[in-house]
Amino acid sequence: MKGTEEENLLSEVTEKNYEYGFTTEIDSDTIAPGLNESVIRTISSKKNEPDWLLKWRLEAFAAWSKMEEPDWAHVAYDKPDLQSISFYSAPKPKKVLASLDEVDPELLKTMEKLGISLEEQKKLSGVAVDFVMDSVSVATSFKETLGEIGVIFCSLGEAIKEHPELVKKYLGTVVPQRDNYYAALNSAVFTDGSFCYIPKGVRCPMELSTYFRINQAGTGQFERTLIVADEGSYVSYLEGCTAPQRDENQLHAAVVEIISHDEAEVKYSTVQNWYPGDKNGKGGVFNFVTKRGICHRASKISWTQVETGSAVTWKYPSCILKGDDSIGEFFSVAVTNNKQQADTGTKMIHLGKRTRSTIISKGISSGESQNSYRGLVQIHPGAENARNFSVCDSLLMTDKCGAHTFPYIEVKNPTAQIEHEATTSKIGEDQIFYCQQRGIEEEEAIGLIVKGYAKDVLNKLPMEFAVEAQKLLTISLEGSVG
Amino acid sequence: MLKIKNLHAKVGDNEILKGLNLDVKPGEIHAIMGPNGSGKSTLASVLAGREAYEVTDGVVDLDGTDLLELEASDRAREGVFLAFQYPIEIPGVSNLNFMKAAVNAKRDHNGQPPIKAKDFLAKVKECSSLVELDGRLRDRSVNEGFSGGEKKRNEIFQMAILEPKLCILDETDSGLDIDALRVVSKGVNAMRSPDRAFIVITHYQRLLDHIIPDFVHVLSNGKIVKSGGKELALELEAKGYDWIKEEQNA
Repeated sequence: MKGTEEENLLSEVTEKNYEYGFTTEIDSDTIAPGLNESVIRTISSKKNEPDWLLKWRLEAFAAWSKMEEPDWAHVAYDKPDLQSISFYSAPKPKKVLASLDEVDPELLKTMEKLGISLEEQKKLSGVAVDFVMDSVSVATSFKETLGEIGVIFCSLGEAIKEHPELVKKYLGTVVPQRDNYYAALNSAVFTDGSFCYIPKGVRCPMELSTYFRINQAGTGQFERTLIVADEGSYVSYLEGCTAPQRDENQLHAAVVEIISHDEAEVKYSTVQNWYPGDKNGKGGVFNFVTKRGICHRASKISWTQVETGSAVTWKYPSCILKGDDSIGEFFSVAVTNNKQQADTGTKMIHLGKRTRSTIISKGISSGESQNSYRGLVQIHPGAENARNFSVCDSLLMTDKCGAHTFPYIEVKNPTAQIEHEATTSKIGEDQIFYCQQRGIEEEEAIGLIVKGYAKDVLNKLPMEFAVEAQKLLTISLEGSVG
Repeated sequence: MLKIKNLHAKVGDNEILKGLNLDVKPGEIHAIMGPNGSGKSTLASVLAGREAYEVTDGVVDLDGTDLLELEASDRAREGVFLAFQYPIEIPGVSNLNFMKAAVNAKRDHNGQPPIKAKDFLAKVKECSSLVELDGRLRDRSVNEGFSGGEKKRNEIFQMAILEPKLCILDETDSGLDIDALRVVSKGVNAMRSPDRAFIVITHYQRLLDHIIPDFVHVLSNGKIVKSGGKELALELEAKGYDWIKEEQNA
């Protein structure tokens, strides 16, 4: 991205702040653009962080300074100029609108199609709502219920203060500071994120969702999530939201770490609908995410993702199957339209005996977009009788889009069983006509066909997410027959 | 019910229908026969509204509605049903969900609320027994992994569910063994009614042993060149199509 555009963006943001009268505070609470050691010290001290964390951040920064931005992914974009980003600013107050009439009508139309209730529409688009007290009390009662069974669910910042021993024990154990360029950057400058701890033997009774945190935190540019499921516990965690998310931050470099102890199970579901840019590929979010989990003995991690947003996506939720008899799963639907680019997939690292992994990836490309699956299945010498089953399907909606598959398989133990299936197909005019001949309109027909194609993945989503995700698929592909 | 006047249609630069006339009244069964390439399947596609076919002249009127003005899906909602010669597979979409979407699209068109689950299931049960479609096939994805005969039975099952007023059967007998032919014909015959009409497109007379037509038309070179009763089909079976071509050329 060009420096001037960044500056424009920055001045736009600053102006907005001025507009709402935060002059003096903002001045004192925003660090000058650019990244150096003193910036990191300032971030840490503003957050009153303990010394060990500052040291940890500085190590990450030192590692990052020696790294190059990776370019092996099948995406092309202008690299963001990190020296023109301000890495710490006071939480920006959301613009409060008087009524839904002031909200972008396109946004409202989409939310209506998604079946989001009027009250929630207001909440999501930042309209002042009367029932704030209600939603606060709901969130509070959730917290009480969770507290009674010992589940900790809070922001990472809060966890650093309230549960430093847990954070210190687990932070960076799955995604080390120097793991990769963007993970190192995140480690150095992360501002906040979520923390979740499920005690031994506890089955978390509700889906832990970023939904009811939406007013409290929003989503940061460098978010960091840490989930720890202790022995024999279970948790289902939902990230994101089907509603379109407009965000001034162009670069998002998040890190998610999951620790699944012996016999624990973690289900992590994502619906990602960041701003993809306009039809000509202008604007849009760069989504460079590192997500990884480690499975101890007989434990399980399932990643399920529905990715429809962002201009450029670079994301490989992975499992390190360390313990014997552990299981890793990856279910993904990635939709790209217009000029979007996605390079996404998973890594399944088999270390333990009888470890099993399943990969189901469904790519849907439309417009002039590029959609790539990149996956690694690695069977280490000690992984006796490991098994993997992979399906990578691609569906093309137009003649101008691209679908690519880059499967890597490394087997170092002869007892392993690996199966890999891949198909590429174009949505058939015949299929659409067949539906139309039965009375189903073209748009609905495309929705039906695409949902059928992605069914194996959509079925893995928690109920309330699945319905919205189905609608989201249809909306993302509107007007895309070619 | 259906009035086709001077219908001309082409695919690309290739004119296939060259002034076709046909008049179908409620309750009637019209068989359209003819040699390969005479335009039989084109007629079916044009009536159903397939985009690749361009109508260059003529009128198609269904009970006062100009069909040619309507999108394919609207024609279907107006009661036009095409049983495909090669039914299409839609992976991951269950046959029942597909039918439910179709039924509700039609109900919505008619200003009715979506069908109740109980009523829909009762209808499904009734219609699947009509063509001996077992539960396994009903619950599977649309036509996926069906044998040729199962696909054709599924077409008639869908036809029974949707209760169209004009049924067009495009070579429904192709690829059917004698038992499947009997089952499919039984389904069609059960659906005969005073206010429903059928256009049965076929290459062979054997289907017409099971589905007895009121009229038989011979399509040749984009026009109906000869019409008659059911005995015309027998004559064609015995003599082939060449004598008609000769009659035309004489």
